[in-house]
Amino acid sequence: MSKNGKPKVTKNTIKTAKRLLGYVTSTYKAQFVLVLLCILISSIASISVSLSLRYLLDDFIIPLIGHEDPDFSELYMALTVLGCIFAMGVVSTFLYTRTMVIIGQGVLKRVRDEMFEHMQTLPIRYFDQNTNGSIMSLYTNDTDTLRQMINQSIPQVLMSALMIVVTFIAMLVLSPILTVLAIVVILLMIAVSRFIGGNSGKYFIRQQLDLANITGFVEERMNGQRVVKVFNHEKKSEEEFDVLNEKLFESASNAHTFASIMGPVIGNIGNLQFVLTAVLGGFLSIMGIGNITLGVMASYLQFTKSFTQPFMQVAQQFNSIIMALAGAERIFKMMDEAPEVDEGYVTLVNARKKEDGTIEECKERTGMWAWKHPHQAEGTVTYTELKGDVRFFDMSFGYEPDHMVLHDLTLYAKPGQKLAFVGSTGAGKTTITNLINRFYDVQDGKIRYDGININKIKKADLRRSLGIVLQDTHLFTGTIMDNIRYGKLDATDEEVYNAAKLAHADQFIQMLPQGYNTMLTSDGEELSQGQRQLLAIARAAVADPPVLILDEATSSIDTRTESIVQKGMDNLMKGRTVFVIAHRLSTIRNSDAIMVLEHGRIIERGTHEDLLALRGTYYQLYTGKLELS
Amino acid sequence: MNRKLLKSVREYKKQAFLAPVLVTLEVLLEVLIPLLMANIIDIGIMEGNMDYIIKMGIVLVIMAMLSLAFGAKAGQVAAVAAAGYAKNLRHDIFYKIQEFSFGNIDHFSTPSLVTRLTTDITNVQMAFMFSIRMLARAPIMVVLSWIMTATISLKIAFLMLITIPVLGGVLIFIAKKAHPHFIQVFDEYDILNNTVQENVNAARVVKAYVREEHENEKFHKISLKVFDLFTKAEKLVAWNSPVMNFVMYTVVLLIVLIGGEDIVLGNMMTGELTSIMVYAMQILMSLMMVSFVFVMIMIAEASSDRIKEVLEEVPEMVDKEDALTEVANGDIDFEHVDFSYAGEDGNLSLKDVNLHIKSGQIVGIIGGTGSAKSTLVQLIPRLYDVTRGCVKVGGQDVRKYNLEKLRDQVSMVLQKNVLFTGSIYENIRWGDESASNEEVRRVCQLAQADGFISEFPAGYNTMIVEGGNNVSGGQKQRLCIARALLKKPKILILDDSTSAVDTRTDALIRKAFREEIPDTTKIIIAQRISSVEDADMIIVMDNGKIDGIGTSEELLKTNAIYREVYESQVKGGNDNE
Repeated sequence: MSKNGKPKVTKNTIKTAKRLLGYVTSTYKAQFVLVLLCILISSIASISVSLSLRYLLDDFIIPLIGHEDPDFSELYMALTVLGCIFAMGVVSTFLYTRTMVIIGQGVLKRVRDEMFEHMQTLPIRYFDQNTNGSIMSLYTNDTDTLRQMINQSIPQVLMSALMIVVTFIAMLVLSPILTVLAIVVILLMIAVSRFIGGNSGKYFIRQQLDLANITGFVEERMNGQRVVKVFNHEKKSEEEFDVLNEKLFESASNAHTFASIMGPVIGNIGNLQFVLTAVLGGFLSIMGIGNITLGVMASYLQFTKSFTQPFMQVAQQFNSIIMALAGAERIFKMMDEAPEVDEGYVTLVNARKKEDGTIEECKERTGMWAWKHPHQAEGTVTYTELKGDVRFFDMSFGYEPDHMVLHDLTLYAKPGQKLAFVGSTGAGKTTITNLINRFYDVQDGKIRYDGININKIKKADLRRSLGIVLQDTHLFTGTIMDNIRYGKLDATDEEVYNAAKLAHADQFIQMLPQGYNTMLTSDGEELSQGQRQLLAIARAAVADPPVLILDEATSSIDTRTESIVQKGMDNLMKGRTVFVIAHRLSTIRNSDAIMVLEHGRIIERGTHEDLLALRGTYYQLYTGKLELS
Repeated sequence: MNRKLLKSVREYKKQAFLAPVLVTLEVLLEVLIPLLMANIIDIGIMEGNMDYIIKMGIVLVIMAMLSLAFGAKAGQVAAVAAAGYAKNLRHDIFYKIQEFSFGNIDHFSTPSLVTRLTTDITNVQMAFMFSIRMLARAPIMVVLSWIMTATISLKIAFLMLITIPVLGGVLIFIAKKAHPHFIQVFDEYDILNNTVQENVNAARVVKAYVREEHENEKFHKISLKVFDLFTKAEKLVAWNSPVMNFVMYTVVLLIVLIGGEDIVLGNMMTGELTSIMVYAMQILMSLMMVSFVFVMIMIAEASSDRIKEVLEEVPEMVDKEDALTEVANGDIDFEHVDFSYAGEDGNLSLKDVNLHIKSGQIVGIIGGTGSAKSTLVQLIPRLYDVTRGCVKVGGQDVRKYNLEKLRDQVSMVLQKNVLFTGSIYENIRWGDESASNEEVRRVCQLAQADGFISEFPAGYNTMIVEGGNNVSGGQKQRLCIARALLKKPKILILDDSTSAVDTRTDALIRKAFREEIPDTTKIIIAQRISSVEDADMIIVMDNGKIDGIGTSEELLKTNAIYREVYESQVKGGNDNE
């Protein structure tokens, strides 16, 4: 984009266009060739309408004038030939429009699928750095403009370009002298359409911006609409909305004004050309220069008329193509984001103990898991039982290289232990759990899981071994049953019910009219925050993981329900490791070890009693002298 | 297009009517120009009359200029009319949403409202713009071109008369056929976008459960369906061009055939044949345009329906003419209140609740997840209406008050707290636009927020980002309390609004309430016993019913739930067994 905001074709745009073309040619090579061929044929057919008029007039109609008993058979023959060309044109048009639908939709489907699949491989960092709105608009706005371009603009431009070339050649053949005039007019048309197109493009870009602004405003206000109501703030919201709305109106009306002026302007330049051609042609034919006959003039003037039509179309499509390519560029940028790297080779397998105490891999689910650790050098495989022993050694980490969040953290969680983290917002509690399941990778130090460096473990297997209930509960569109089963896709109904009971969710689910078959939409908004958390816990419980991470998982659940849930979880996790992050100290009181974090460092550690006896930060927190937030 | 929606054109009616008029003039000229062109060929060039060519050429240039002027102006007014129409529609929807009560808001999700305000309105805008330009142009063009043809050759004109309805009928038939498919496409599109949105929002969950493959499969299924439906719909529309071509070529052949014979027989001049050809093209192009606009209208129709859904939503609460504007005091009474979110026949969230609160009291509410604590207090500022029974504030049924006045006096801090983009000053002033800086500071002091605000480098001018994510949970809660206090309400309701605030600050806030706003009734929902322990009255909620009312001491003796919660929180460390 240039400084004055007009859309420009840059190297990148061309690269994007080539890449997009690659999508077409890789899967639809034959179809694409067919489309090109058909477009060629159908443009020839459509040009022959005006081209043939000259021959028909000069060779078949005018010679017959004055004959007593004119013989039309030759004219009929010529018309039959023409009819065949037309028929081919119709068939070609049919073929290319149909094929184009398939190519267009096919390419779109592939772009969408690849985009989604690639998105799934992206590291969490990508989702941190891009707002949800901007990722969403890749799938909506950008794909939509792409669809319009492929379906409408490309065939039209191809057709128009061919028409221009063929018409131009035909005009050149008919009369080189008059074509000089045509070139002048073409240059004029290009200049005018660039001016108008540039202006309309400028406003179209501004319109997108204003649209984005209004979307942002509405989104924020809608999310807080209840607050707006409680504070009688409707009037004020309306005023602010009106300002943004007026701006959008201005850019939109300008953009469309320029875009709609294009047609009449180009069209009437065409009319002008007609007059000039008629005057010049008339002059030349009267003077007898350039061998211009009446038939030549008639056809030529017909051409000048049909010449402007494709020009108008190219000019009109130009903006939408540029806009679509800008969208495609954003899509490709996302697809070029580096995926999460995974160099792990240690995998998680079902296992059972042989009589001699060694571990053996097996297919069926035994309730026992082992890490399968192949040693390339010796070509052997060792099995380590999955226990949930997690150790951090001198670990440091920062989301940005120059801003460390965690410093020299060393801690141990032995199998069966319950470890709690306490500290204010930004102290680094959630970061620790993000590192265990490798949403992010540690910069310094290492984490060992059952004695294995977690970098060696395949990410998918690592995560499968960790159950995690996050601060923000996210539910998916589907039934409650589906949502709980998300933890273990092949769970039986019985297993789902048990998990729900364990999470104390069964009670409220039973109260719903449709019970477990209740459909949840838009992130389960119909449930209270506490109920959603109970479902998230049930989802983790059904997964039955060896290690569990609870990140503020019970913050919206009342203490009474929480203690019931906790009892259930304690039973489930007997002998397994649990990490708990909680605001409410009553949640973590019975932990085996409590770590108090401050600015990414552990400042106190010990059991509840130890820490109270220490009379330090934890004591102050517990007695309510310090705020945790 | 949709009648009801068209009312929103309002002040742009002038442009909306002017556009077709200008288009008519433009079309008139466009039809005359080829006639002139024919004359130039037939009279000027045929007879080698250079003067005639120049004279007519000048006339033609003038006409072209006029046609340009009309065309450009028509484009402009149409663009303004359509953009204005879209603006008014956005305005109407947004204003309508402001009238919504909580119950109405529950009917629409935020993304669906945003889509209606953007994509759907854009669809309607484009359809409207093309309609007022094309739907005037096409019929006039067809009629005029036909008349012109008729003056040259009745035979050919008659031929066209047969073709036009046939072609028009076919094109409309195709558009009609495609319409339901397009509606299906858009519905499926919604599902696709929804899936993407969920995956973006819940990227952590998907990764934590290693469900990437599962999500991919889900997405592929939907994406395949979109592909199928879209292909089907577009394949139907793709019939337009070949049908169009077929008819066009047939007409051309027939014109040459009939015209050729006429020329040979001396009934027609060559220039006239050229003109007829031009008219024929113009007619066919116009019909093509009609079918194009027709498809667009069909698509916009689906969008119109979605817009109408919002505009036709009936606000659940409308003020009466003689509504009360004064709230006498902070008394609150619940009399046999039943409440269901689903209306009369729905599951009851509150069952036969009776409650009497005196002005100035501090009331604590405690209860389990889903026990209807929030539901209970939401009835006081009339965020929802009771299903049966009645809620009284200041001795009067809340339904008798003017809503705005009632909510001015009943200030509520919601559980889902939201701050807005803007400075702290601006955010607090939501409570009272005209409050002075001193007043803002005073309420912040009451809410124990002044301390941390003063520590910010920019103090009260610190900018809050969307959703208030640059202040901590506890700070956000205190800002929201300050905002509510600025209203100087007779009743203040805190719905779990101090959960992230430490107990000491929590106590200070309550102390300030007691001392500084003694006449205001204060209702505090909390999960922490310490937040309600010193209240004048504590209500224990269980499963939509009041399980017990009394002071902490009384409840400890009489109420099992209260005792259990109390003991689990207060007694100390080793009671978890």
